[in-house]
Amino acid sequence: MTIPLSWYLILAAAIFCIGLYGVLARRNAIAILLGVELMLNAVNINLVAFWRYQDPAMMTGQAFAVIVFAVAAAEVAVGLALIISVYRRRMTVVADEIDLMKW
Amino acid sequence: MNWIIWLLPVPPLLAFGVITLFTNKNRGLSHVLGVGAAGLSWLGSMVVFISALGVEEFGKHFYESAINWLPTGETWLRIGVRIDPLSAVTLFFVAWTIFMIFIYSIGYQNYGQPEGDHDQPGLPPHGATVSEHGHKHKVPSVEPMYARFFAFLGLFAFGMYTLVVSNNLLTLFVGWEIMGLCSYLLIGFWYGKPSARNAAIKAFMTTRVGDVFMLLGIAYLYSATGTLTFSEIFTEEMLAHLAGISTPVLGLSGAGLIGLLLFIGTVGKSAQWPLHVWLPDAMEGPTPVSAMIHAATMVSAGVYAVLRMFPLLSLDSGTMTVVAFIGSFTALFAASIAVAQNDIKRVLAYSTISQLGFMIAALGIHAYVAAAFHLVTHAFFKALLFLGSGSVIHGMEHGVLHSGDHVDPQDMFNMGGLRKKMPITFWTFLLGGLALSGFPVLTAGFWSKDEILADAFGHGHLAVFFTLAVAAFFTAFYTMRQITLTFLGKARSKAAEHASETPLTMTIPLIVLTIFAVGFGWIGVPEHFPLLGGVLPNWFHGFVGSTLAEHPEALEFSSIPLWTSIGVALGGLLLGWLVYRKVGSVKQDFLQIPVLKNKWYFDEAYDFLFIRPAGWIAEKFTYLFMDRRIIDGILHSVARFSLFLGHAFRNYFDKPVVNEWIGDGTGNLVKASGRGMRKLQAGRIQAYMLVSMVLLVLFALLYYFLMA
Repeated sequence: MTIPLSWYLILAAAIFCIGLYGVLARRNAIAILLGVELMLNAVNINLVAFWRYQDPAMMTGQAFAVIVFAVAAAEVAVGLALIISVYRRRMTVVADEIDLMKW
Repeated sequence: MNWIIWLLPVPPLLAFGVITLFTNKNRGLSHVLGVGAAGLSWLGSMVVFISALGVEEFGKHFYESAINWLPTGETWLRIGVRIDPLSAVTLFFVAWTIFMIFIYSIGYQNYGQPEGDHDQPGLPPHGATVSEHGHKHKVPSVEPMYARFFAFLGLFAFGMYTLVVSNNLLTLFVGWEIMGLCSYLLIGFWYGKPSARNAAIKAFMTTRVGDVFMLLGIAYLYSATGTLTFSEIFTEEMLAHLAGISTPVLGLSGAGLIGLLLFIGTVGKSAQWPLHVWLPDAMEGPTPVSAMIHAATMVSAGVYAVLRMFPLLSLDSGTMTVVAFIGSFTALFAASIAVAQNDIKRVLAYSTISQLGFMIAALGIHAYVAAAFHLVTHAFFKALLFLGSGSVIHGMEHGVLHSGDHVDPQDMFNMGGLRKKMPITFWTFLLGGLALSGFPVLTAGFWSKDEILADAFGHGHLAVFFTLAVAAFFTAFYTMRQITLTFLGKARSKAAEHASETPLTMTIPLIVLTIFAVGFGWIGVPEHFPLLGGVLPNWFHGFVGSTLAEHPEALEFSSIPLWTSIGVALGGLLLGWLVYRKVGSVKQDFLQIPVLKNKWYFDEAYDFLFIRPAGWIAEKFTYLFMDRRIIDGILHSVARFSLFLGHAFRNYFDKPVVNEWIGDGTGNLVKASGRGMRKLQAGRIQAYMLVSMVLLVLFALLYYFLMA
């Protein structure tokens, strides 16, 4: 008995929603970043699942997943660096308080 | 030979350019250039003249060369040079007088003297104070614009040479106008003096009247014949063609009208009545200028031009009558003014007008050779007299500076007794004066004037004969008056007591010109003259007469004009001496008649007839009515209307519509909408994301339900 594709999709959707909630609702910049990571990984699950169930002979799904990893890693590196830099100057990581360019 | 003729006018022009551009700060270099250029042209002229003497039948085989100059559609306007007997003798006296006047100018403008104490460019030099052996005294100072003077003289010489060597009316006119310009510049040389400025303008404007008519004549001639070259116009077919044209003006033939128009140019240039008024005033210029422009060359150019056009002029008897009338009238009229003038140069100026009248009158009675002869001799003795008068003035100025006695150095009634003080000037001036009055046998003036009188008598023009005889009597009279007042008797002022002889640069030209003033007559002794006739060949008559196609016949000798001419010359001289030898002051002079003193009121009449109406029209009509009322009125109404329109636009369109409605309205709208929209742009990414998520879900649902 195999696990049907829909389970993976439901899992991915659940993780995506958790991530989306984190992005929309959290005030801490690091938490927002965590939410973004969750959403990216939900997408990865989708990609890998579709690849496995639809056309396992092609390597495209895996390749996309690897690219998303690389992008996510780079994004986290830049994002965290920004947050650390902002924290050093403003002593805060709350997104609402980082309002230098606001009217 | 032709290349020398082409080059004759060039050196003075180069001197003018070089002095103006490069050496104008250096007096010595400037006059070396000027005199050197005049000398070169003189040398070239002599070479041309002497080689012309050697040519058999020079009147037919004259020197001519021409080049294409201006393309006129299919054809070319050709210009070139031509030396025939007439221009050869003209070249002869032009070269001599110009060269002498250049040398004379060095002394006259006080080269080598110190700079003046208060001299300014544009004013005559006032003298410099020099201390010598412990005491100060005043000496003449050098002209501040010395180099400029030589530059102008150079340009003038260029104009005269161009005129003489031209083989066509066009370049003749170019030279003519260059001289007109130089005359203006040189009369107004001391432009700081208002009188000199006015005289310059008067001379320029008056000659302009003549020049315009002359240009009309040239244009008519060109349209009638298609050429301006003398040798092409003076062919039998061309002259017959011109004589055959009928014109609407006064019933003159084409030739007559062209001749008359060209003659009016001469009337202006040679200062004939009624355009004579500029010449006496032109005496405001430095004396070498008076000698050069107003005696020897420029006014002669006018006579030269009509002599040149004689074959054309002589076709119409009406024109010739006008020429003869104007000439003889001017001769008498100007002589009558000259007897009452006190300024030494003004006497000579009127005398010049009078003598030019003699030439014109001679031309009017077909006495071609006599006119040319008098032209040449007059140029020599009148240049001599002018330079002599300049020498007198110079000596007087020296006396004025020395004695500190501020008298007019040109007024003859301040002179007297200069014979002892200035011997060279006296003797040369005396011989020049005798030549002018026609002292028998000895002087050149006698032979040329006698020939005119003989021609007038011999051809039966008795009115001309009598007029000229009376004019000749006046001439002798005022000449003797001048000599007596200036040189004889006792000094009438301290300045005259202290006058001194002028430097060599001034006296040498006087001596050279005296040689010609006396000797030039000997080449034109009539063949049938008692005793002398036949001893010397009448070279001049044969030489110059050969210029014309029909060689003029030598006149039968008649004793009546001869005795008349001797009688009026000696009578005038004697009377002048008798009357003026005792005159001590201007009050004793019975000839100070207002009408003569005031030159028959011609200046006043012209002022009343032309200048004032012109001024009135300019002021009242052109300025106040035309300009101020009509033109300014139109402009002001346009301006007022525009202003009104502008106000209306501004108040009723620009302000409410453009500014408030479009301009401010747009701004306010954008501002208001921005203020509203800004709420959306809260800067919270999470809010944006929420919105976009909601919308995404909404659109997805919509899509799902509508498309499925």
